[in-house]
Amino acid sequence: MAAPGAAATDLEVVRGKRAALFFAAVVIVLGLPLWWKTTETYRAPLPYSQISGLNSLQLRLMVPVTVVFTQESVPLDDQEKLPFTVVHEREIPLKYKLKIKCRFQKAYRRALDHEEEALSLGSIQEAETMFAEPSEQAEGSLTVYVISEHSSLLPQDMMSYIGPKRMAVVRGIMHREAFNIIGHRVIQVAQAMSLTEDVLAAALADHLPEDKWSSDKRRPLKSSLGYEITFSLLNPDPKSHDVHWDIEGAVRRYVQPFLNALRAVGNFSVDSQILYYAVLGVNPRFDPASSSYYLAAHSLPHVINPVESRLGSSAASLYPVLNFLLYVPELAHSPLYIQDKDGAPVATNAFHSPRWGGIMVYNVDPKAYNGSELPVRVKVDMVRVMEVFLAQLRLLFGIAQPQLPPKCLFSGSKSEGIMSWELDRLLWARSVENLATATTTLTSLAQLLGKISNIVIKDDVASEVYRAVAAVQRAAEELASGHLASAFVASQEAVTSSERAFFDPSLLHLLYFPDDQKFAIYIPLFLPMAVPILLSLFKIFLETRKSWKKPEKID
Amino acid sequence: MAAAAPLSLLVLLLLGPGVWGQTDPPRDSLREELVITPLPSGDVAATFQFRTRWDSELQREEVSHYRLFPKALGQLISKYSLRELHLSLTQGFWRTRYWGTPFLQAPSGAELWAWFQDTVTDVDKSWKELSNVLSGIFCASLNFIDSTNTVTPSASFKPLGLANGTDHSFLRYAVLPREVVCTENLTPWKKLLPCSSKAGLSVLLKADRLFHTSYHSQAVHIRPVCRDARCASISWELRQTLSVVFDAFVTGQGKQDWSLFRMFSRTLTEPCPLASESQVYVDVTNYSQDNETLEVYPPPLTTYQDVVLGTRKTYAVYDLLDMAVINNSRSLNLQLKWKRPPGNGYIHYQPAQDRMQPHLLEMLIQLPASSVTKVSIQFERALLKWTEYTPDPNHGFYVSPSVLSALVPSEVAAQPVDWEESPLFNTLFPASGSSSHFVRLYTEPLLVSLPTPDFSMPYNVICLTCTVVAVCYGSFYNLLTRTFQIEEPSKGGLARRLANLIRRARGVPPL
Repeated sequence: MAAPGAAATDLEVVRGKRAALFFAAVVIVLGLPLWWKTTETYRAPLPYSQISGLNSLQLRLMVPVTVVFTQESVPLDDQEKLPFTVVHEREIPLKYKLKIKCRFQKAYRRALDHEEEALSLGSIQEAETMFAEPSEQAEGSLTVYVISEHSSLLPQDMMSYIGPKRMAVVRGIMHREAFNIIGHRVIQVAQAMSLTEDVLAAALADHLPEDKWSSDKRRPLKSSLGYEITFSLLNPDPKSHDVHWDIEGAVRRYVQPFLNALRAVGNFSVDSQILYYAVLGVNPRFDPASSSYYLAAHSLPHVINPVESRLGSSAASLYPVLNFLLYVPELAHSPLYIQDKDGAPVATNAFHSPRWGGIMVYNVDPKAYNGSELPVRVKVDMVRVMEVFLAQLRLLFGIAQPQLPPKCLFSGSKSEGIMSWELDRLLWARSVENLATATTTLTSLAQLLGKISNIVIKDDVASEVYRAVAAVQRAAEELASGHLASAFVASQEAVTSSERAFFDPSLLHLLYFPDDQKFAIYIPLFLPMAVPILLSLFKIFLETRKSWKKPEKID
Repeated sequence: MAAAAPLSLLVLLLLGPGVWGQTDPPRDSLREELVITPLPSGDVAATFQFRTRWDSELQREEVSHYRLFPKALGQLISKYSLRELHLSLTQGFWRTRYWGTPFLQAPSGAELWAWFQDTVTDVDKSWKELSNVLSGIFCASLNFIDSTNTVTPSASFKPLGLANGTDHSFLRYAVLPREVVCTENLTPWKKLLPCSSKAGLSVLLKADRLFHTSYHSQAVHIRPVCRDARCASISWELRQTLSVVFDAFVTGQGKQDWSLFRMFSRTLTEPCPLASESQVYVDVTNYSQDNETLEVYPPPLTTYQDVVLGTRKTYAVYDLLDMAVINNSRSLNLQLKWKRPPGNGYIHYQPAQDRMQPHLLEMLIQLPASSVTKVSIQFERALLKWTEYTPDPNHGFYVSPSVLSALVPSEVAAQPVDWEESPLFNTLFPASGSSSHFVRLYTEPLLVSLPTPDFSMPYNVICLTCTVVAVCYGSFYNLLTRTFQIEEPSKGGLARRLANLIRRARGVPPL
C-alpha cells in the first residue's frame, strides 16, 4: 500500500512540477508577447539615416552661363580654341550646416550670324529687341555677349551692361591672357545677376545664428505656396473725408503685371477693403513749426497692432497675408508725416514691416477743405500710392537692388517691375530656403519621434516623410544640374510633404500614461498571477539543486 | 488770350460732368435700425438691425474689392458658392407667453443653415469647411457641426431670398443647443459693421450690458435679393440682427422707467456717416384704449403705424440723420415711462454670482385675507468643482430658510404700553400700532441633493475585475500544480463522531 502510494505521490509531484513549468512557459511564450503586442503603439519605419544624412547635404547651385564671343572681341588665335567650357566654383561661407557651393559653368562659343548682326546695331536697346524675338531662355541660365573692345554699343566709359532679361554684355580685350581677363569680367557680371551671399543669407535668415546676418538684413517673406495680398483703405474719420480709390483699376494696371511675372513663385490672390473708424495705435505728436503732426520712427512698431484686429483674417485660404494699408489721417491730425530716425520726414510717407506688409499715410490736400463743407470728397491718386506699394512688395519678397560691378551700365527695369534675372535670384533663394526648411522640419520630426516612443506613426505620415526626403534629394540634384524651375518645384514639394507629416493630427494622439498609473492598473492583475508562478519556479529550482547535490554527496 | 480763357472754361465744363460720371454710384448701402418694444411683463426688448446691401455678383468676380460689405463674409460666399447663410447665436429663450411674438426668434445656442449654389458638387464637404471657417470668424464652437447633428430639411427652411430652384439637397441645417454665447462672439460680430462700434446705433452695443439680459440673440443673415423692381440682376444683402430683452428687476431694479442710458449705459451721439438710413422706433401702441400707457421723452417728431405680426401698432420714430433729433442736447437719450400708477408692491432681486454672493429676493406684498400665496423659485443643479464637495456630499446641500416678516392685525386692540414697565417678553419687537403686531417667521431650510460624481469608479472596476480574474486564476493554478493525497481518516470527521454520540445515546451500535 505504501509503495504504490509513494509512487503515486511522486507521480503527482512530477505532474504538478510539469504543470507549473507549463504555466510559466505559457506566460512567457504566449502571455508576455500578447501583452506586448496589444499595448504596443504602431510605428511605421522611417528613413532615419537618410534624414540625418540631409543635415550634411552639400548643395551645388549650378548657373549655366553661355558666353558668346563676337568677332574682334578676342585675338584670332584664341577664337580658334572655341567652343569649350570652363567651370568656376566657389563655396559660399555661411554659418549653416548646409554647405552651399556656387558653380558657374561657362560655355564659351562663337556668335551666330544673327547675334553678330544684332550686336553690330547702333544701340543696346535695339540689340535687345532683336534678341527678344527668339524663345525665352530657361530659368537660371545666363547669356553673356562679349563684344569688341571699341564697340559703340555701350558708352565708351562703360565696361559691361546688364539687361532686363537673362542677358548681359561685356567688352572684350585684345590681349594674350584674353580668356582669363574676360572670364573674370563675366564672373563679376554673372554674380551680380545670380547668386550672392546676401541673397542666400537673407533667405536662410531663420536658420542662421542671430549674430552675423539677421540683425542687419531685412527678413524677406517666408516661402509659401501662395500669398494673399490685401489692400486696405483706412478712413478713421468718415465724417470729414469721403475717400474714393480706384483700386480695381490700379490692381489691373500695376499689381497684376508684377504678379504675373512672379507667377512661378506662387499663387497670388488680391483683394481690397475699406475700413472705417480704424485708427492707428499711436497718437501723433504735433509739430508747431510746420503745424503738422508726425509719427516718430520709434513709435511705428506700435502702430500696427490695433489696426490688425480690424483687418480681419482671411477666411478663404491658409496662405500668408500681405497687408498694404493706405491711411487717410483724420481731420484733427492732418497733415500727418512719418519721421525717420533723424527726425526728417520720410519722402514717401510710408513704412513697411517685414513679413507683414506696408503702411502709407495719404494726406488730404489742404486746399480741399476750402469752401466745401464736410465731408470732403477725396479722390486718391493711385499712381503715387501704387508706386510705394509696389516698391514695398519688392522689398517684402526680398528683391533687393543688385550690387553692380564698377563701370556697369544698368538698364531701366521692365514694365512689370521685375527683371527676369531678379526672378531667378528669387527662385534660387526660395529653393535654398525651402530645402533648409524641409531639412529642419524632417530633422526635428525624426528627433521628436525618436525621443517619445509613445507616438503612433501611421503609414501615411511615413509615406509623406519618404516623399519629402526624396523631394529634397531630387531638388538638390536639379540644382546641381542647373534646372532651376524643376528644382524649385521639387523643393516646394519637399516643404509641403514635410510640413504635412509634421503637422499630421494623428501624431497628436499621444498615448501618454504616467508610470505610476500604469503600475496601479497592472498590479492588481499581474501581482496575484506572477507570485504563484515565481514561487513555484523558485521551489522547483531549489529542489532541482538539491537533487543535483545529492548525487555528488554519494560520490 | 481773351479767347483762350472762355475756351478753357468750356473744356472744364465739359470735363467736369465726365469726371464725376466716371466714378460709380455707391454700389453698396447701409441701413440701421433699432426697435424698442416695451413688453407686457414690464421688460423691454431692443432689436437692432444693420442691413448692408451690395450690388455685386460675388461669385463672378475674381479680384474682389470690398467697401461696406465685410471682406470675411464676402470671401466665404464666393469660396463656398453660398446662396444663403443664416447663423444665429442665442442665449436664453424668448418667452412668448410674457413677451408676445418676437420679430425673429432663434433657438437657444447656435443655429446655422445654409443654401449652396447648385454648382457645388460635394455639399457635405463644403458644409464642413464652412462651419469650420465660421467657427473661426465668430469664435463659436461651430466646428462641432458634423454629420451627427446636420440635417437636410425637405419642406421647411425654404430660401428667404431670391431663388431659382429649391432642390433641398443643397440645404444644410444644424443646431448646437449647448453653445454658450458670450462677449467673444459679440466682438467679431461688431467688427463686421462698417461703423464698428464707433458711431451710429452700434455705439449702444456694449457687451457688459447686452449679456446681463434675459434674452440675447445675435444673428447674421446673408441672402441674394433683387437689385431693382425688374429683378434682372441680384444684389447681396447682409442683415446683422441683435435682440435683447432687459429684465425689469435685474436691470431696471424694479422700476419700470427705462432710458437708453439705463439699458445700454450709453446714449446716441452721432449717426453713422456711412448709413443712408438710421432710425430708432419705439413701440407706443395703446393696448388698453385709455390714452396713457407709455410716455416717451423727447416727444417724437413722427409716428409710424402699420400692421405688424397681425396687430396694429404705433411706433414713435426718431431719425438720427435728422439734425434736429441730436443737435438739441448733443445726445439722444430716449426715456420711456409708464403712466399707469405703479403696482402696490416692491420687488428687489439681487442675482447671485458663483462663489461670490448668494441670491437675494425681497418682496413686499399685501396679501388678501384667507388666501394662499405661493412663491416658487426654480434652480438648476450644477456640478461643483471637485474640491468643493463636502466629505459627505450625498447628504445634500442646505439652502437657508426664507424669512417672512409681517404685520398681522390683532384681534383685540392693545393698549399702548410703557416699555420699561411691561414684562420683557412683550417688548422685543417695537409695537407699530395698537391694531397690529409684528411677526417674523422662518421656513425650514431646504436640503438639496446635488449630483455627486463617483470619483473612484474607474479604478474600482479595474480592481474588481482584476481580483476576480486573479482569484479564478489562483484556484485554477492551485488545482493544477498542487499534489493531492488521499488521507485515510483516522477517527472520522466531526459529523461521524456526533453521529456516534447520538447512536450511543440511542443504544444503536456506532458506525
